[in-house]
Amino acid sequence: MAKGVKPRVKVPKTAAVGEAITIKTLISHKMESGQRKDGDGNTIPRSIINRFTCGFNGENVVDITLEPAISTNPFFEFEATVPESGEFQFTWYDDDGAVYETAKKITVE
Amino acid sequence: MTKKAWALSAIGALVLAGTPALADPVDATLILNEDIEITTRTTAPDHLSGALDEVMSGWLFRGVETRAMQADDFDNPGMIFVEKAEDLWNAADGAEGKSCADCHGDSSEMSGVRPVYPKYVEAAGEVRSLEMQINDCRETRMGAEPWKYTGSDMIDMTALLASVSRGLPVNVAIDGPAQSTWEKGKEMYYTRYGQLELSCANCHEDSYGLMIRADHLSQGQINGFPVYRLKNTKLNAAHSRFKGCVRDTRAETFAPGSPEFVALELYVASRGNGLSVEGPAVRN
Repeated sequence: MAKGVKPRVKVPKTAAVGEAITIKTLISHKMESGQRKDGDGNTIPRSIINRFTCGFNGENVVDITLEPAISTNPFFEFEATVPESGEFQFTWYDDDGAVYETAKKITVE
Repeated sequence: MTKKAWALSAIGALVLAGTPALADPVDATLILNEDIEITTRTTAPDHLSGALDEVMSGWLFRGVETRAMQADDFDNPGMIFVEKAEDLWNAADGAEGKSCADCHGDSSEMSGVRPVYPKYVEAAGEVRSLEMQINDCRETRMGAEPWKYTGSDMIDMTALLASVSRGLPVNVAIDGPAQSTWEKGKEMYYTRYGQLELSCANCHEDSYGLMIRADHLSQGQINGFPVYRLKNTKLNAAHSRFKGCVRDTRAETFAPGSPEFVALELYVASRGNGLSVEGPAVRN
């Protein structure tokens, strides 16, 4: 299992109905490409986050495939419209099978 | 000369005349998290009279995107390492089973420490950098192994200590018992090193605002250290930067943590007295 992996997200606490809010996400991860060799000439195995999804009250907002060329600590920023109060669920899928999850509540006023 | 050649040389003259302005520092204000205003430009400290009128943070010499990245803690990749150091701060280590927090309390209690280092420490009888004090704490108070001077734990911890002092002005003492070390650092700053025979001052005092190959030359201020560099996606300590600069003059460098680099750090820090602490800043 990759070490020091820690997801972070930034979502406003409140929004107006139908407002497009900005969501920022970042996960600390080394994103080893699988193309590098160590000092002895052995290939360092690939170890990346390969998929990221964001859902809102069970409905999919974004679903992203990540490739080995993406650099360390991948950061995503996107907009979402919020029809009602609820919860954003964020999920990152690691090559090693680990799944990292976090969630943020938002209130529509 | 043909008409065409005349036209070309006229363009050449225009381009040449315009070149120095291309890398000038920008006119912009840095406000962190829409809250802390950072002094990135101020009157030079008295000891620089005759050398510089104004001192400027390296932030002013960077591109729009890099500058914006530093303005928000979520966008600043250096803050990942500050979070890691927060865990270290609260983790007990060594034979005494103590953490940093056991003596010092919350990490925010350390606000005001970064701006005055390196400083003369009475008990030790020498000028010490922040790294040296951290390792002194680890060895004598915690009974723990010292960290490698520019190792990741050490850099993360200095980033945490810088982050809680952001916005405070750098204010290192250059007189009293620190004066002889400061003068040693000053002498190094103006000494030409290496096969290229370059001193720090040749680039960072005489030529800041010009291009060095494809990059902008800054004043070489260290108020933003440790800095997150986009080129190596990690935090870099001031001594590592010194080492890189001396190496680039094609000289045999001093080691990070050596008395020479501690003296140079004191002198370079004093050139930025009055600028805000920015660490962890974001640079190329």
